[in-house]
Amino acid sequence: MIAGAARGDRLFRGFARGAALALILLVAAMVVEMGRAATPSFRAFGWRFLVTSTWDPVAENFGALPFVYGTLVSSLIALVIAVPLGLGAAIFLAELAPVPIRSPIAFLVELVAAVPSVVFGLWGVFVLAPWLRTWVQPALGATLGFVPLFQGPPYGVGMLAAGIILAIMVVPFVTAISREVILAVPNAQREAALGLGATRWETTRIAVLRYGRSGLIGAVLLGLGRALGETMAVTMVIGNRAEIAVSLFAPGYTMASVIANEFTEATSDLYLGALIEVGLLLFAVTVAVNALARVLVWSVGGAVREVRE
Amino acid sequence: MTARRRRWVNVVMAALTALAALGTILPLLFIFGFLVYQGASAINLDFFTRLPKPVGEPGGGMANAIAGSLILIALASALGLPLGILGGVYLAESRERRLPWLIRFVADVLNGVPSIVIGIFAYTVVVLSMRRFSALAGGVALAVIMLPIVLRTTEEMMRLVPASLREAALALGLPEWKVIVRVVLPTARAGIITGVMVAIARVAGETAPLLFTAFGNRFWHQRLDQPIAALPLQIFAYAISPFDDWHRQAWAGALVLITLVFLVSLAARIATRGRYSAVR
Repeated sequence: MIAGAARGDRLFRGFARGAALALILLVAAMVVEMGRAATPSFRAFGWRFLVTSTWDPVAENFGALPFVYGTLVSSLIALVIAVPLGLGAAIFLAELAPVPIRSPIAFLVELVAAVPSVVFGLWGVFVLAPWLRTWVQPALGATLGFVPLFQGPPYGVGMLAAGIILAIMVVPFVTAISREVILAVPNAQREAALGLGATRWETTRIAVLRYGRSGLIGAVLLGLGRALGETMAVTMVIGNRAEIAVSLFAPGYTMASVIANEFTEATSDLYLGALIEVGLLLFAVTVAVNALARVLVWSVGGAVREVRE
Repeated sequence: MTARRRRWVNVVMAALTALAALGTILPLLFIFGFLVYQGASAINLDFFTRLPKPVGEPGGGMANAIAGSLILIALASALGLPLGILGGVYLAESRERRLPWLIRFVADVLNGVPSIVIGIFAYTVVVLSMRRFSALAGGVALAVIMLPIVLRTTEEMMRLVPASLREAALALGLPEWKVIVRVVLPTARAGIITGVMVAIARVAGETAPLLFTAFGNRFWHQRLDQPIAALPLQIFAYAISPFDDWHRQAWAGALVLITLVFLVSLAARIATRGRYSAVR
């Protein structure tokens, strides 16, 4: 009986361990399989792939620079908008808001995060882009038109539209993770500041934000990771043109959208390989960003655990 | 700084952060409002029971896409849930030090990998070896997306089960695995179901990984090794088409999709609330 129980335990533990290990195998398989499928492109272009800006499926000459540029610029616009909004909302929800409204607003923020990308895209195409074209871009052009970023004809769709839609999508992630980080800050920190006569805001600034700084940076990085890989909404509003233009009004292209648009059209191994290499690049960048973000977010949680023990 | 000025800064910052919170949720109201305004008129019985009509013919519906989405979600759940829950049990119960840390880390990183990259993976593994787009490939892609979410919530929910319950069961002489299966898992059930629903809400709206795995289909779905329609794919195809009638259908489809996702999220929230009050 005892021996049987021990065997049952071993068997069960083995199963559970196997399921957990399968996750690591899965990620390893992702790298291997995608690397294998991208080999024709590695062979043909080497490192040149990352720094050339020709994307010519007819001549089979591929360089990913316009997509890298588009991904970085659209994500940067998103962060410029999303970081102050997200951090502000998180501070409000965790520190300053009246207690009864905290949980309902947090739920609404969760709902924003749950809206499917394609729905954001639909809204972007039919509401946001026309609004940018008729109101925002002419106004920006008239007032800030001396800056190269705001020059050129207002199309509506383009880098600016992509950045704004990304910002809307990324804000709830930044808010949710920052809120968790802020909630993980030990109360002793707050009590000490309040005890010295600080106001609520001063307490937040001195005791909470400074303590949770690395976690908050992690939250921003997690938002960046989302923005880099976001596909459908961006594909629908960015204009899909593989050119590097200074103006934010001009159409662009991102790594994720070129995969979404051209993958099923890629007939040759080289074309497909080039698209998969773009995917692999996106994978590497998002893994790096997320890994760093996790370490930072965990560092705050870990610090909390140390204080408690 | 004078006391008056400090109080003033306090009020201003509270107001600014409140504005930031408002700015965060305002798009939700805009988008949902527009979906209702544009989509409600195109929702009727036909929408849920008919196939899409060819270009130029008005009417028709998205019945096949709705059915396709449900099939894909079922397929992804069948593949992803057992693995995710079992892995979560391992993370919560293991007494090893390094491996659980590594798996937790890999799960969180995988959760941040763009869904389109996961679509490429499913393409290289399933589509290339079967030589065609299929429901199966779409299901595999969605299962990979579900896996880390289910894994981590299962772990967290199992950790919430009080140690006294576990100890009581062990003291009665039950082997450890029976304690887990009969006592800990049932106690954590509501929480785990919440995690499952969150994962389902996430994959129900996924479009990118289905573009070149499930591929889409204008007709009823026949077999799992054939391309299959999905609601998000259909919304995308209609949204980028030049036809007004299809745009209306896209709005209607988006309204149905978002209602589905919100209902699942709401149900998940209610389930968790019940759970926590039960613990208290």
